[in-house]
Amino acid sequence: MPPLLSAEAVTRRFAAVDALDGVTLAVDRAECVTLVGESGAGKSTLLRCFNRLVEPDAGVVSVRGRDVRTVDPILLRRSIGYVPQEGGLLPHWRIARNVGVVPWLADDPAWDRRAHDALHLVGLDPEQYAQRWPRELSGGQRQRAAIARALAAEPDVMLLDEPFGALDAITRAELQLTFRTLQRRLGLTAVLVTHDLREALELGDRVVVMRAGRIEQAAAPAALLGAPATPYVAELLARARVRDG
Amino acid sequence: MTARMRRQPRIAVAIAGAGAAALIALAPRAAAGPATLAHPAAVPAPASTKRPVVVASKPFGESYLLAEMFAQLLEARGFTVERRPGLGATELAFEALRAGAIDVYPEYTGTGLTAILHEQPIADPREAFDRVAGEFARRWGIRWLPPLGFENTYAIAVRRETAERLGLRTLSDLARAAPGLTAGLTPDFIGRPDGLPGIGRAYGITFKAVRALVPAVKYQALAAGEVDVIDGYATDGFIARYDLVVLTDDRRFFPPYQAAAMVGARLPREAPSAVLALSELSGRLTEATMRRLNRRVEVDNEPIARVAASALDELGLGLASDSAAAGGGAHPRAPGRPAATGREPLGAYLAAEAPTLLRLTLRHVLLVALSLAAAVLLAVPLGLLLERTPRGAETTIRAVGLLQTIPGIALLAFMIPLLGIGVVPALVALFLYSLYPILRNTYTGVRHADPDAVNAAIAIGMTPGQVLRYVRLPLAAPVIMAGIRTAAVIDVGTATLAAFIGAGGLGDPIVAGLSLSDTRMILSGAIPAALLALGVDAGLGAAEKAVGRVGGSG
Repeated sequence: MPPLLSAEAVTRRFAAVDALDGVTLAVDRAECVTLVGESGAGKSTLLRCFNRLVEPDAGVVSVRGRDVRTVDPILLRRSIGYVPQEGGLLPHWRIARNVGVVPWLADDPAWDRRAHDALHLVGLDPEQYAQRWPRELSGGQRQRAAIARALAAEPDVMLLDEPFGALDAITRAELQLTFRTLQRRLGLTAVLVTHDLREALELGDRVVVMRAGRIEQAAAPAALLGAPATPYVAELLARARVRDG
Repeated sequence: MTARMRRQPRIAVAIAGAGAAALIALAPRAAAGPATLAHPAAVPAPASTKRPVVVASKPFGESYLLAEMFAQLLEARGFTVERRPGLGATELAFEALRAGAIDVYPEYTGTGLTAILHEQPIADPREAFDRVAGEFARRWGIRWLPPLGFENTYAIAVRRETAERLGLRTLSDLARAAPGLTAGLTPDFIGRPDGLPGIGRAYGITFKAVRALVPAVKYQALAAGEVDVIDGYATDGFIARYDLVVLTDDRRFFPPYQAAAMVGARLPREAPSAVLALSELSGRLTEATMRRLNRRVEVDNEPIARVAASALDELGLGLASDSAAAGGGAHPRAPGRPAATGREPLGAYLAAEAPTLLRLTLRHVLLVALSLAAAVLLAVPLGLLLERTPRGAETTIRAVGLLQTIPGIALLAFMIPLLGIGVVPALVALFLYSLYPILRNTYTGVRHADPDAVNAAIAIGMTPGQVLRYVRLPLAAPVIMAGIRTAAVIDVGTATLAAFIGAGGLGDPIVAGLSLSDTRMILSGAIPAALLALGVDAGLGAAEKAVGRVGGSG
């Protein structure tokens, strides 16, 4: 079976930071891959190549076996759930409309019901939250709503760009659990960007360590912990103090 | 030519005396009054002109008065008259005449020579008149009728006490004392080559300080001792009122300012008899007469229409009852305090003027509303378009912003050749002034709409059009509304400029009041304008808040 997402020798140069330098990566169906590294390592850029928010200068990016350049970017994005760091809810829309926006854009008459179902999935009671404004929710609740929005159109792929980075430790742990549970239960293929190595190890079936636009190491958490491929990975692990934790 | 061909049969009828009834129907005043018989020149002038004769003035007392006399004289001879009193200043009035938007206004030879032809002053009055008359006819087909008879040159005036203390009689004396004196001069005089720069050179006059004063306050400022020297006109009524000493122009620096009716190119062609009627005033007005009439207007605040009517009467040119009625009643736009007279308190004055003020306010609202609506219809879509093409956006917005820096009077002057005078150029000017705040706020609002929301909207698959419609525009709505609100409040103020080109509105009493030093008249325009600005601000402020609430960010 071909990988659901793939990047082959993808290069992207802009503004000298967050560039990609010949990155190759394949993500299997129902796999959760976490991209980890310091700011500017290129992890967000790689993530954004999959839904064509970024167009590579060289190399081929494929989704579901098709070169993304042959897919309409609007339809591609609607077929992929996306969760940004700050949630990106539209402040002038109520929660139900925010969550149901993707089916709504696709003229799905059942968008409202899908929004309710998605809210259920992420643990927000629709009765209580559907008619609220985003500003009336806590940071964690907003992020749950953002995940619900990504799920409402029932995509098979989800891209998450530091989705829990702005949350406090307790809320963050709750959201991580919710996400991991849903990802497994729904069989979602997911790519999650984080700068937190602990989070990457906890959530990823495979962890991809990036540095200066290249992949340092891509391995399952246990393999990474057991055998860091480069001094940089070893140093990261030491700094995060996960080896003895 | 069509106007002339249509008129000819009627003239024939009139001369033949065959159609007396028809003549009365056409020109009741001309046919009914004995004055017509006293002036044979006026007989072949039935009021058959298809369009009214447009009589204008510049915004100062004597100009208003002369124009009103022209108007009433024409009406007494059976012409329909449209009044456009108080056109901005020399450039606006002259441009309007050249463009054919008005037919006649009173002008002065010295002004024509220096301010319009930009030539050196000519000392001999006859030579000066021949020069302007010849040049204006050659260049623009504009005709100077023979002078009205009086000269109204600049009068450099001081308080009697100052004159006696420093022994001032002439401008040469002033040159000696000037370094110790503060001058309060009109901006016009400070800038004109025949004004301050000219007397500075001719007499070596250098004041201790020069303060720019509008005509409305200069006499009061002099009387109160705020300034020591002012520029006035020789026939100003205030000179006698405040017992001022006018310094003799001993080197004959000021060119002669003979007053005359200046007639546009169309009138002699279309209604030669109207020109004939106007020339009945030539040579009839002396300086003493004008000083007395100006005093009645400027100092006693008598209605202009009444002063004009009685002046024509004294000269045996008017039809006392008819012309007074025409001047006062049928043309409320003439700044002649039609309803109120005398010196009742402000409240009573405003009450008496209420119908006029209501009409002016409605006109004002109309000017603001139409120009603002047009500006919104252009600036909002343009702002949205620029957001999509940010490369040229700043340049475009700055270019529109430059419009804001053009002074109102200059903008109006530019437009007269294209649009004439009246409501249309006023709307265009207000429209141009409204664009910038709306365009700037629209662009800034959509461009800087919450980037998290915008990026998320793109990432979940909104098309650029959907991002604009569902995200940027609603998020920018309060900012756009704030821009519209700013433009509206500025518009209410700027619309008072419309008075300078005869578009009406609350600027009418303000401009006329400033020119006639009539505080009540100024306030009767300024107070409603201020209330209107407050109302517009409050109303649109509420709208802004409502938009913010709908937008969910308030």
